Amino acid sequence: MENSLKGEQIVQELLPRKFKTSGRIWVGILVAICLVGVYAYYRQLRYGLIVTNMRDYVSWGIYISNFVFFVAISLVGSLITAVFRLAGVKWGAPLTRIAEMIAVGAIIFASIIIIVDMGSPERFYNLFLYGRIQSPIMWDVIVITTYFFISLLLLYYPLLPDIKILLRFKEKSGPGLHKFYSFLGSFWKGDHKQYLLSKKAINVLCIAIIPVAFTIHTVTSWLFATTYRPGWDSTNFGAYFIAGAFLVGAGSVVVAMYIFRTWYHLDKYITVEHFDKMGRVLVLLCLLYLYFNVNEFLTPFFKMKESEAGYLNDLFSGSFAPIFWFAVLTGIVLPIIILLFKAGRKPLPMFIVGIMVVVGAWFKRYLIVTPTLLHPFMPMHDVPKMYTHYFPSWEEWAISMASLAGAMLVITILCRIFPIIPIQETLDEHHETAK
Amino acid sequence: MEPENNSRRDFLLTGLVAAGLTVAGCNSKKDPFEAGAEGVAASGKKVKLLSVDGEVIEVDEAFLKPVPHLPEVSNAEARVGIPGKKFVMVIDLSRCKNLKKCQSACNMAHDLNPGHNWIKVNPMQGAEHTAPYWEPTTCMHCDEPPCVKVCPVDATFKRQDGIVLIDSDRCIGCRFCMAACPYSTRVFNWGEPDLPAAVASQPYSAETSIPQKKGTVGKCDFCADMTRMGMLPHCVSACPNGTFFFGDLNEDSVTNGADTYRFSDLIKDKAGYRLMEDLGTKPSVYYLPPAGRNFPFESGLENDKTQNS
Repeated sequence: MENSLKGEQIVQELLPRKFKTSGRIWVGILVAICLVGVYAYYRQLRYGLIVTNMRDYVSWGIYISNFVFFVAISLVGSLITAVFRLAGVKWGAPLTRIAEMIAVGAIIFASIIIIVDMGSPERFYNLFLYGRIQSPIMWDVIVITTYFFISLLLLYYPLLPDIKILLRFKEKSGPGLHKFYSFLGSFWKGDHKQYLLSKKAINVLCIAIIPVAFTIHTVTSWLFATTYRPGWDSTNFGAYFIAGAFLVGAGSVVVAMYIFRTWYHLDKYITVEHFDKMGRVLVLLCLLYLYFNVNEFLTPFFKMKESEAGYLNDLFSGSFAPIFWFAVLTGIVLPIIILLFKAGRKPLPMFIVGIMVVVGAWFKRYLIVTPTLLHPFMPMHDVPKMYTHYFPSWEEWAISMASLAGAMLVITILCRIFPIIPIQETLDEHHETAK
Repeated sequence: MEPENNSRRDFLLTGLVAAGLTVAGCNSKKDPFEAGAEGVAASGKKVKLLSVDGEVIEVDEAFLKPVPHLPEVSNAEARVGIPGKKFVMVIDLSRCKNLKKCQSACNMAHDLNPGHNWIKVNPMQGAEHTAPYWEPTTCMHCDEPPCVKVCPVDATFKRQDGIVLIDSDRCIGCRFCMAACPYSTRVFNWGEPDLPAAVASQPYSAETSIPQKKGTVGKCDFCADMTRMGMLPHCVSACPNGTFFFGDLNEDSVTNGADTYRFSDLIKDKAGYRLMEDLGTKPSVYYLPPAGRNFPFESGLENDKTQNS
């Protein structure tokens, strides 16, 4: 009797809640940023990419950096959900939904930002009419689409038992949302047969998503590594990108964990223990990424080939040095130092480290794209002076910020509609421990 | 710069009006020499012509219409190229003094906007104690073109005659080809190109690369339209110093308009080479080293200031 009362309390605490004033303000800010971005994109559609500050040498700018950043973050879905699940990591269960929501939000905006970067987006259908499978861009289109659907399903299937619970609270969710829930999950009875089927499906998806996740980010790295340019022409690139992706993804989960925990008072479900364990995961990923960074930069630095010297000097001690060292220190080195201490793995320091990792990672993506393009093989000559440097225009900033805001908006909406912590799984675990 | 531009546009406009008339003439089923056709009044001035049957005929001048010397090339034909040909270019660095006549001729012929130079003339110096020289660069029309390899929609393609062209009606503007090209030869139409209405409204031809379109890539096309007519690319004929040689590898001959050489002899005698051979792109453009140069490097410095100050 007491047990079921406790269960009911768990359900009540984990049900999605209406936004209060602060939540509405948050959504309002995100929508406002998105609207500015939409206006900037309207200008870009009307006048062309001339509204950006990309030119013939820096032909890819922060849109592509943002694209790489989003693809990187989306990988966390596969890490927390699939890798943890298959490795039998039980403590990760309450974090799976957060990870999947972030993955879905990020992958949606990765696809959007890549279309934004196109000079002739109205010809997008040419990819299907005349697509060449030999082009790494086609590989990216295929794997990103696949990853999107697997991520969506990995969010959806574990939701079904929770939707059944949500359907019990018609009063609380309101008629519109109730209708939406019944559309999504009214077929779910939760009987043994369905349960087995769903478990099997989730297992298959968990196995399938790992190679797909590795592929999306490896292929993204190949957009660069299949060219000859200094800084991109690297066999290390796939692994370097994957390591960085798991790091920024885990960092973003830590940030989300802290925010949800504080905002929805989920201290009982996202515990100090969770932060400590995520801290250990994060420090491992930081060390791994540091290793790949050393690998990526030390050997060319040792040789200082003529074609790479300009690029490397620019990064280490030239115009990109402040961003480079900021990204390395903030995104990798300082987090390692902080996280090695137990006090550093408490919720608040972890939150700060998470933000450092994510911000450092964004600048790292900027450094992956731009400096290389400013160091072509041929001299930058017989072009207008402005072609020889790059700082994004306001339209580029507005659109990029809007894409970040948009991804956060998707995550916000998802956590308004669905429980952030899987309810049924928490109940099952509760019953098991009670027994 | 401005007056020159205007006269160039006027020139092109007249050309287009003539071309327009031609099309109208071709479409008309009526006998073009018939008096009163399309409401044209006879002027009374007669012109003697040789008919297709070999007879000399007299026709009123008013009924004459310009006719193209070659039929329009379809997109499918432009993608295949000219059978039996393998075009090559040889650039003799000892003849270049950065006059940039090649560049202005190219820009004019392709209606390029300022800053969109398909031909660039770079001051090169390998190391501190090596000699500087001027190096004009075009598209290298590689036999292993990195740009073609990465294009997701087959908008840039390699023809059987060796020319790499762009289908601006298909290009999606992803700019992967620009990242892939180690020679930085490709330019992008970031905004709407500033073109006379008559040029902008033409259907795009991959062989002329006209008109350039917003949100698509452009680059040197080896003047595929000129080569189809058996004529030299504009840069070749524009250079007063004969820096550029153009020809057919299968015929083993190249010419700069004034002098014709056996290609293999020229490359052998002057130790010709290609740029960035180590990348394996196999360019169709060969360079002759600036040995025994005709002009001192310094003679080109003054002209360099216009775009690069």
